[in-house]
Amino acid sequence: MSGGVDSSVAAALLAEQGHDVIGLSMQLYDQRDGQPRFGTCCTIDDLHDARRVATRLGVPHYIINFESHFHARVVTPFVDEYVAGRTPIPCTRCNSDVKFVTLLERSAGLQADRLATGHYVQSRQDAHGAWHLHRGADPGKDQSYFLFALTQDQLSRALFPVGHLDKASVRAYALDRQLPVALKPDSQEICFVPDGDQAAFVARAAGARTPGPGRIVDREGRVLGTHGGVHRFTVGQRKGLQLSVGVPLYVVAIDATAEQVTVGPRSALEQRAARIDGVQWIAGRTPEGPIQAEVQIRHRHAPGAATVLAVDATQVEVQFAEPQYAITPGQAAVFYHGDEVLGGGWIASPAAPVRR
Amino acid sequence: MVQLSRSGSCRVATTQRRAGVYGKAGNLSRPSSAAIYGRWYDLRVDSGRARAYFDHNATTPVDPEVIAGVAATMRDEFGNASSVHHFGQRAKARLEEAREQLAALIGASPAELVFTSGGTEADNFAIRGVAEALEPLGRRHLVTTAIEHEAVLTTMRALERRGWRVTRVNPDRSGVVSAEALEAALAPDTALLSLMHANNEVGTLQPVAACAAVARSRGVLVHTDAVQSVGKVPVDVRDLDVDLLTLSGHKFYGPKGVGALWIRRGTRLLATMTGGKQERSRRAGTENVPGIVGLGIAAHLAATRLEEDGAAQTVLRDVLEQGVLAAVAETHVNGQGQARVPNTTNIGFAGIEAESLLIALDLEGFAVSTGSACSSGTLEPSHVLKAMGLSLHDTQNALRLSVGRHTTRDQVDRLIAALPAITERLRALTDRRAAIPGADRRPA
Repeated sequence: MSGGVDSSVAAALLAEQGHDVIGLSMQLYDQRDGQPRFGTCCTIDDLHDARRVATRLGVPHYIINFESHFHARVVTPFVDEYVAGRTPIPCTRCNSDVKFVTLLERSAGLQADRLATGHYVQSRQDAHGAWHLHRGADPGKDQSYFLFALTQDQLSRALFPVGHLDKASVRAYALDRQLPVALKPDSQEICFVPDGDQAAFVARAAGARTPGPGRIVDREGRVLGTHGGVHRFTVGQRKGLQLSVGVPLYVVAIDATAEQVTVGPRSALEQRAARIDGVQWIAGRTPEGPIQAEVQIRHRHAPGAATVLAVDATQVEVQFAEPQYAITPGQAAVFYHGDEVLGGGWIASPAAPVRR
Repeated sequence: MVQLSRSGSCRVATTQRRAGVYGKAGNLSRPSSAAIYGRWYDLRVDSGRARAYFDHNATTPVDPEVIAGVAATMRDEFGNASSVHHFGQRAKARLEEAREQLAALIGASPAELVFTSGGTEADNFAIRGVAEALEPLGRRHLVTTAIEHEAVLTTMRALERRGWRVTRVNPDRSGVVSAEALEAALAPDTALLSLMHANNEVGTLQPVAACAAVARSRGVLVHTDAVQSVGKVPVDVRDLDVDLLTLSGHKFYGPKGVGALWIRRGTRLLATMTGGKQERSRRAGTENVPGIVGLGIAAHLAATRLEEDGAAQTVLRDVLEQGVLAAVAETHVNGQGQARVPNTTNIGFAGIEAESLLIALDLEGFAVSTGSACSSGTLEPSHVLKAMGLSLHDTQNALRLSVGRHTTRDQVDRLIAALPAITERLRALTDRRAAIPGADRRPA
């Protein structure tokens, strides 16, 4: 229970259905400095909100200290990725490596049969006993992109009580049941970077490892300017380059080793292929031979039809039917068949840009 | 009642009726504590199960006599104790009666007691008050231990930021600080030695009297935080030979939000709560008369029951401790072999996160605790166990079990009986995690 409306309604629905519900909240980062943090997930205020909801539902509620897990499995990789010139998605790590590992284990220790969350996804078990993961019913809120790394074991112990609802129904339910968080705004930022200034966060956390200044070059290697560190950039970014070339230029590649940012016109961001590593398949098996799928390369992005070919157990090559815009190393590539998640992995690199 | 309160004229009637009801209640015979606590703590079904409370070091249930006294004072003695008139005089009389009751518990003279909002304020008053009084005389150093309550440690850190030096002496592995080590920490400009009487987490009694004699002979003031010992073991300020002593009402069946600092006559310290001339100008603010009356009653009860309670709780604690050690493999007592308050044991469970154990026990109806809780109610590695030299794992696998006046043998037996299954389950999960590669995967 994050203290937000989705997990609150998830808990309320289960309690109403007569389940024996235990509320768990994760304390994820140091709260002792007393700094107020507004509008983000999992602050002290949010934890108190979770407790108020639990009190209203009449279920016990515990806040578990996950600071060290969260730091090791989410924050440190997040910083490392930026230092390496990639653009990470900490929420996926948090789901698959904290919530559905450590929290799942803790809940099993309390003899809980299932771990329910407020994610907008749906899971189903087929006649053969295999679990399937589907997009949430609300296309605007679907969170399946962040949950591609769930295993069969994790899915078999998970419940997603709001996955079949749209956000408006969730809020209406919360209002109807007078949950104290019914009108709370959705969280937007990365929770541990409440001011949204990821570059400053990375610089603080990375210390001496913070990337230094370097050159901005065009695709032919001509130096166009300088920059303050590759962690300040993401592929597809246009702002903050401070170049006066006359035509709009975008970041098309980041080379952390050379401390170099490559820019180009918007068309240079359109690519037809990508190499994906760290691949996991929901079914637990790597498909043999190429498969046809729709591949989504970031959150809130329309998936593109593609051929997915497994190179080995953890790597695939994706060949899109149409060029995709800004395939960004570090982001997830998630493979769908309709609204079903087949699996996914981390974008290692785009193939060579499509020249026009 | 709802209907009545909707109209102004009826509201008056309600008030009158209420006064009548309360007036009568005073004449009714009160139910015995056993009847009330028996019903509340053992048989009462709360969220579907019987509950047993093993966290008396966090707080104690308020004694029914205290509740009655507080309620009666709120009703009958609304006067401001500083007022000159009849109502003020009545309140003042109750205040002084409570002061005498409290003084009798700790061998003090009543005029040496200053009522505060609790133990934390008393600790702040003692440390900041001494520091402020002695700083102009060139004193800039404080001595304490690494196992004090946060009220002492945090206050000293604040003084450190203002240029004071603080020496924090570590205890030995069994949770006791040596008098020699404290003595060695004293410097020519030491203003205050602050040494807790009993530790809240492991229950060990500290050599306060021995340290106090040495420190005072060297011109150093001595403060003891006796929040965890008052009401549990005999506490006599003259025997302890200290200058300042902190106590808190809710640790011995009194109300929350009231405590006291005992200040030896003639001790130099400045008021930290400034304003009016209450408490002989040592602590400003209108006196919390109902709370103070409750503290007085709790002190009186503690004084009369000290021996009886101590003997009974020693038995229960020992049964509990031995029972757990026998029932659950790979357990150990932290602070074992030392003089402890009679109600406390601290037990480590190898291979288990105490946080999970606490939650699992709560779900089965047993209220226990680990170290100190932080602001959001989550658990952090105990600074006390860390200072005792325990490994990081051992600072995170310990449960504090503290029995009280109303703990029964049956509750103790039920807790012992519940632990093996829970600990086995939690240990199995830890083993399972170690065996599953995916469960410990690190992001790429």
